[in-house]
Amino acid sequence: MSGVPRVVLVDDHGLFRSGVRAELGRQVEVVGEADDVQPAISVISDVQPDVVLLDVHLPGGGGQAVLQAIKPLYPSVRFLALSASDAPEDVIAVIRAGARGYVTKTISTAELADAIRRVAAGDAVFSHRLAGFVLDAFASGSPGAEVSGIKPSFDPELDQLTSREREVLRLIAQGYTYKEIARELFISVKTVESHVSSVLRKLQLSSRHQLTRWATERRLA
Amino acid sequence: MGSVEEPARWHRGDEPFGHWHRGPFWLRHRGTGGPLRRDTAERLAGGVASGLAVWRGFNIMTVRIVFVLVCLIPSGFCVPLYVVAWLLIPAAGEETSIGHRARSDSRGIALAAGLATLLAFLLFVANVIGNGWVDSYAWPQLVTVAGLVLIWRNGSPEEQATLRRLAEPLGSAPNPAARTRWSAIRLVVAGVLILGGAGWLASAHESLALLRPLGAVLLVIAGIVLVLGPWWLRIARDLSMERQAKVRAEERADISAQVHDSVLQTLALIQRRADDPQKVVQLARLQERELRSWLFEGRAPNEADSDMTFAIGVRQIQQDVEARYGVPVEAVTVGDCELDENLNGLLAAAREATVNAAKWSGASVISLFAEVEPDSVSVVVRDRGKGFDQSAVPLDRKGLAESVRGRMARRGGTADVVSGLGEGTKVTLKMPRSAADSPARRP
Repeated sequence: MSGVPRVVLVDDHGLFRSGVRAELGRQVEVVGEADDVQPAISVISDVQPDVVLLDVHLPGGGGQAVLQAIKPLYPSVRFLALSASDAPEDVIAVIRAGARGYVTKTISTAELADAIRRVAAGDAVFSHRLAGFVLDAFASGSPGAEVSGIKPSFDPELDQLTSREREVLRLIAQGYTYKEIARELFISVKTVESHVSSVLRKLQLSSRHQLTRWATERRLA
Repeated sequence: MGSVEEPARWHRGDEPFGHWHRGPFWLRHRGTGGPLRRDTAERLAGGVASGLAVWRGFNIMTVRIVFVLVCLIPSGFCVPLYVVAWLLIPAAGEETSIGHRARSDSRGIALAAGLATLLAFLLFVANVIGNGWVDSYAWPQLVTVAGLVLIWRNGSPEEQATLRRLAEPLGSAPNPAARTRWSAIRLVVAGVLILGGAGWLASAHESLALLRPLGAVLLVIAGIVLVLGPWWLRIARDLSMERQAKVRAEERADISAQVHDSVLQTLALIQRRADDPQKVVQLARLQERELRSWLFEGRAPNEADSDMTFAIGVRQIQQDVEARYGVPVEAVTVGDCELDENLNGLLAAAREATVNAAKWSGASVISLFAEVEPDSVSVVVRDRGKGFDQSAVPLDRKGLAESVRGRMARRGGTADVVSGLGEGTKVTLKMPRSAADSPARRP
C-alpha cells in the first residue's frame, strides 16, 4: 500500500464527520461520506476505499447492514467500527459481521489515525474495551468453566484462546500499545499483530453460540 | 345446568338460590361491619363485584361469573340487589354512600317514585293482558329503576359516566356516523330473537314441554349477545387501552424523572460553571457514564448496594475517581462474581491505587483492568504518568505501603508495583479465591 489510506466516513452525525475529517487532516484521505445505510453502500461501491470508518448505530439498519451489503461485493474494503455505545452485543455483532476492528468515539486522534493505518494494512484493531469483551466471552470456555456445566463446543481450536492470545488481550485491555506489549512479552510487534488477527478470526468464525448468549446476558445483567 | 329441572325452577320467583346468595352477604356485612367498599378502579358497572372480591379475597372473575349465573337463574332479585348494593355501599375512598346523599335529594326521590309507579302501572296492565311469566322478573325491576335514578342523580361524575356507558348500547351510537346499516340489522335480528324466544317461553309455560324452554332460553341469550356483544367488545377494548395508556404514562413519568434527576440537573450545573472548562468536562463525563449505564445496562444511578458484585465495585471506583479528580478512568472488567471479605479488601486496595494514580501521576488517563478467574481475581491499575522512584518514597507516605500492600497481604493476596521515573506506574493486585466460591456469573 502506498501513501495515505483512502477513507469513507459513515456516521449519521454531520458534526462528528466534519470533526473527524478536520482532526485526521492529512493523515488519511477522506474520499467520501455518508449518513445512512443506503448512501453508504452506494458511496463505498463508487470509490472503493481502503477503510470505511463505520458507525455502529445508523438510522436505517445499523452498521451491520452496510457490512453485509459490501463484504460480498468488495472483499478488499476493510471496516473499522466506531461507536459511542460500548454495548457488548453491538460490538460483537459488528465484528462478527466482518469489521476488522472496533474503537470507541472517545479515542484520541493519533490513536484513530493509527487504527485506520493498521486496519488498512490488514491488521485487527481492538479497543481496550473490546479486548475485555473478548476475554469475557471466551472465558467460559476455559477449563474452570467446564466444571460449572458448560458443554465443550464443536471446534476447540476456534473456540478457545491460546494462553498467549489471552495475555495479549489482557495487555490491550490495560491500555498497552502493540509496541509496549511486544516489549512486555519479549516478542516482536509483528507477532503481537498476528495474535490479535488470530483472535479476530476466532471471534468472527467461532460457531460457539455462547458468544451471542454472552453478549445478551451482559446487557441484561 | 340440569336441563330437566329447569322449567320448574324457572317460575319460582322466591327461589332459594337467590336467597342462598343473599344470606351470607348480609350476614357478613352486618357481622364484621368491615369496610366493604365498591372498588371503582376495577369496576365494570358499580364496582360491587370487584369490591366484594377485594373485601373477601375472592377472584374477581369468579364473583362476576357467579353473579351473572345467579342473574340468569330466575329470581329477578339479583339485578335490583346489585343496584341497592351500589346505592348503599360507599365507593372506595368515600365516606358516604350514594344512598346517604340521595336522602336529601327530594326531587330525585320523587322522580324515582314516579318512574317506579309508571312502570308498576305498565306491568299491571301487561299482567292483565299477558300470561304472567313477566311477573317474577319485572316487579323487582321497579327497585332497579328507582335505584338507578337515584344513582344517576347523586353519584359522582365518574359513576354517571359509568351509567352512561352502560346505557349507551340501548340508545343510539355515540356519534351518528357510527350508526350503520349493520347495527340496524343487528338490532332487528336481536329483537326478533328476543321476541321469538320470549314468545316460545310464554307458550312453553302452557305446554310444559321439558326441553323447549331451553331452546327458548338460548334464543333469548343469543338475542342479548347480539345486542350487547359489540358494546361488550368495545368496553373490553377500552379497558385494556386504558390500562396500556396508564402503563405508558408511568413509563414516561419514570423517564422524565430520570432525565430530570440526572441530565437536567447536570445541564443546570454546567450553565453555572460555564467559566470553568475542566469542571464542565468533568460534569459532562460523569453524566455520560451515568446515562450510559442507565440506557445500556438498565442500572439506575445510585442503585448498587442491593446486589453488589465485584464488577459493580470496579465501576464505582471508576466513577468516584473520575468525579473527584477529573481524570478519566478506562475500566475494563472481565467476568464477575459475588463479593466477600477478601474481595472487598481487594477493591479497597484497587481504589487506593487508582486514587494515587489520579492524584500524583499527572497522567491524562488511568487504566483500570479487573479480571475474575476461577482461582483468583486480579486488578491492574496503570498510568503513563511521571512515575516515581520506589526507593525514594518517604516512609511516612502511607498510601501505597499500608493501604495497598498491607491490605492485600493481610488477606493472603499480593501487590506488585512497577514504576520508573517518566515511565508511569503499574500496580498489579492479585487475590486468590476461596475454593468454595465457584465462579458465579451473573445471569
